[in-house]
Amino acid sequence: MSVILILIAFSLLVAIIFLFAFFWAVKSGQYEDKYTPSIRILFDNKKDKNDKNNNSTN
Amino acid sequence: MLEIKEKKISEKLICYHCGDICKDDSIAINDKLFCCNGCKTVYELLESNDLCTYYNLEDKPGITKNYDAVRNYDFLDDSELKSKLIDFTNGQVTTITFYIPQMHCSSCIWLLENLFKLNPGIIHSQVNFLQKKLSVKFREELVTLKQVVQLLDALGYEPNLNLNEKNDSQVKHENKKLYLRLGVAGFAFGNIMLLSFPEYLSNSDPENLKGIFAILNLILALPVLLYSSREYFDSAYKGLRKKFVNIDVPISLGIIVLFLRSFIEVVFSYGPGYFDSLAGLVFFLLIGKTFQNKTYEALNFERNYKSYFPIAITVRRKGNETTIPVSKLEIGERIIIRNSEIIPADSILIKGEANIDYSFVTGESVLTSVKNGEIVYAGGRHIGSIIELEIIKEVSQSYLTQLWNNSVFTKKSESLTTSLANSVSKYFTFVILFIGLIAFLYWLPISLPTALNALTAVLIVACPCALALSTPFTLGNTLRIFGRNKFYIKNISVIETLAKISDIVFDKTGTLTDSTNKDVSFEGISLSDYHKSLIKSAVKSSTHPLSRAIYNHFENSVGEFNLNEYEEIAGQGIISTVDGNRLIVGSSKLVNYINDEESHNSTKVFISINSNVIGFFRITNVYRGGLSNVINSLEDKINFSVISGDKNNEESDLKRIFGTSAPIYFNQSPQQKLNYINVLQNENKTVLMVGDGLNDAGALKQSDVGISISENINNFSPACDGILEAGSFTKLKDFIKFSNVSRQIIIASFIISFIYNVIGIYFAVTGNLSPLFAAVLMPLSSITVVVFTTFATNFYAKVMRLI
Repeated sequence: MSVILILIAFSLLVAIIFLFAFFWAVKSGQYEDKYTPSIRILFDNKKDKNDKNNNSTN
Repeated sequence: MLEIKEKKISEKLICYHCGDICKDDSIAINDKLFCCNGCKTVYELLESNDLCTYYNLEDKPGITKNYDAVRNYDFLDDSELKSKLIDFTNGQVTTITFYIPQMHCSSCIWLLENLFKLNPGIIHSQVNFLQKKLSVKFREELVTLKQVVQLLDALGYEPNLNLNEKNDSQVKHENKKLYLRLGVAGFAFGNIMLLSFPEYLSNSDPENLKGIFAILNLILALPVLLYSSREYFDSAYKGLRKKFVNIDVPISLGIIVLFLRSFIEVVFSYGPGYFDSLAGLVFFLLIGKTFQNKTYEALNFERNYKSYFPIAITVRRKGNETTIPVSKLEIGERIIIRNSEIIPADSILIKGEANIDYSFVTGESVLTSVKNGEIVYAGGRHIGSIIELEIIKEVSQSYLTQLWNNSVFTKKSESLTTSLANSVSKYFTFVILFIGLIAFLYWLPISLPTALNALTAVLIVACPCALALSTPFTLGNTLRIFGRNKFYIKNISVIETLAKISDIVFDKTGTLTDSTNKDVSFEGISLSDYHKSLIKSAVKSSTHPLSRAIYNHFENSVGEFNLNEYEEIAGQGIISTVDGNRLIVGSSKLVNYINDEESHNSTKVFISINSNVIGFFRITNVYRGGLSNVINSLEDKINFSVISGDKNNEESDLKRIFGTSAPIYFNQSPQQKLNYINVLQNENKTVLMVGDGLNDAGALKQSDVGISISENINNFSPACDGILEAGSFTKLKDFIKFSNVSRQIIIASFIISFIYNVIGIYFAVTGNLSPLFAAVLMPLSSITVVVFTTFATNFYAKVMRLI
């Protein structure tokens, strides 16, 4: 019996962690713009590094 | 053969920046050609900052700059104005959100999010592509707001600055809350279901686990009751205070009874309670709510003239030019209007030649030329060289803008909740209470617990979850189907009103007539192909709407010559030399033709070759294709009227289309249009107004449903309930019919949900409602309704060829 209670307590804990992760996601505005991030991820970061180097030398 | 083809393609000179065709290869850097110096400048700016990735992400992503002059943004130094534009500032770091309609591709996103590389004062910039918004965070000490805007303007992304579109943060906040409520309800629903399984599956309980699980369920259900379902309690309370039983009243009643009964059962160890049903109910309801809140983020349905007018204007005071906010403009002030700027207030032309494009106001795309001393009305866009005007009326008191002083715009629109679900719920609630009471009285002599049991069971099982879900799912789906057909509506309640329309009022110019298409015919001598080629060559480089119409008329029929000489006289026409002939295309005055009898029926463009007038082009408005089709198919159910701001020269044409009995009014002011809608509504009619310009704004607002027609949905359209893309005009009849179908689908789904209720109530009144039965029946009825409405709307949309 005690085993099942521990398991349930643990599963609830995990569920609550996910719930708070969801809260964080909503509050940080991830549900406000569901399109732009999908494009942003395709941008090449390599170029950025070059640019930064150039900027620092300027 | 192939070689020749390839050669032809390479001969076309295409701008490296914006993809437009270049006139020649004079503007170039290395092997890259540009169509104008604007494009070249942007390229140089990007190149020097190593931002050429812009050109690699998409092909020719740039935006043509239609003007060469540098815009004056001095007004952004005005601190009062600035504080109205920005989102937040702490004196050092400022955040501002710009609306940038030119944003169109992934290159735009990339460049706009890399602004910090162009100016070290910019800390961060982020794009919301669907809303075409850019939020910029910058350091005040390094860069001013004016410089940020100038940078964007220099790149071709001129922000649309106005003081009116600041209210969407509240909507965002509401949406966030809804997501959080949904998350909590989903969390509780999943866990309670899991903990309720032992109850469903077995009767034995050797270790008293069920008791512990029931208490856990109670704890999990608390946030559902106190947080997730708050909105329903609020709405029910508000409704009851106004003596109005809306759909949220029976829902709130059901939720409260569910919780109280389950609470008592668990605390006194009578049974497991109905927490699973409670959490499931709230979860499903909130899903429905989320579904109905999904609308078109990118479109704005609340615009008024302020979103379209400039926020600042150049004035001449004692010989000096300064820029002041439009709100500070006073009568008697001299203002300076440059090419393609908008006139902010009624004024008199003092200096220069004005050609005003009133298309945003009236829908008419032909320019009006104004002489010195004549009045120019607010809202017109000036095309041509610099003019000087003297203000004769304040901005808010001008002919057009005074419309917004009408009470329609000032009173807060309190949504008259006459929706189907709300009108049903009134009877529904009383019937349920009545049945519950009868069951209670029937069992009372036998035993009080059973009587209470039966009463609460009735209230629980009759909770109109399915009823509340049918409307958002049916209409949400309809909204999407309309969207696929280029008809974008503000929210789902528009569909319910659209189904009840009894009268349709049309604006004429730009709504019934097609502003991109003109009927061109030539009267005079019969034109030879040589003449046609001459005329075509002369009008080729003019952007005047009439020139475009003539050019399109000849587009594929004849060839072109090279122009030797060319001069366009604003508001008059074109004087040119083509193939050795002196060719004048323009007004009767320009060609010196005096025998022109005054006729308003159409616009005439005269042609003179070597001082010899050979005739004129008659250019008339073309009615939208399929107009009579729309009228004919709705005629028996709906009354039509036409209300136009123009003169009555097209009356006979309109009578032919609408029939002789249809009321057709001409010379109507914006205020008269509004009043006409009001008159119809006082006769208890439900009015649909279809318009396009700012002069229809009052009528669109006053009407029960106001639809604005737009050639391009991203262009400006006045405040309305729906935006219809011009190409889908013929489908207007289908949209109205489909709204009726949706209404019937809702009624059918009500019947389905009632059948479930009857079954549930049968078990409830006999006192046999087990938690398992309730937990199965309630989600089952909800799912049936959702599946039914989704299938039914899609099926009928297919039948009507809307998808």
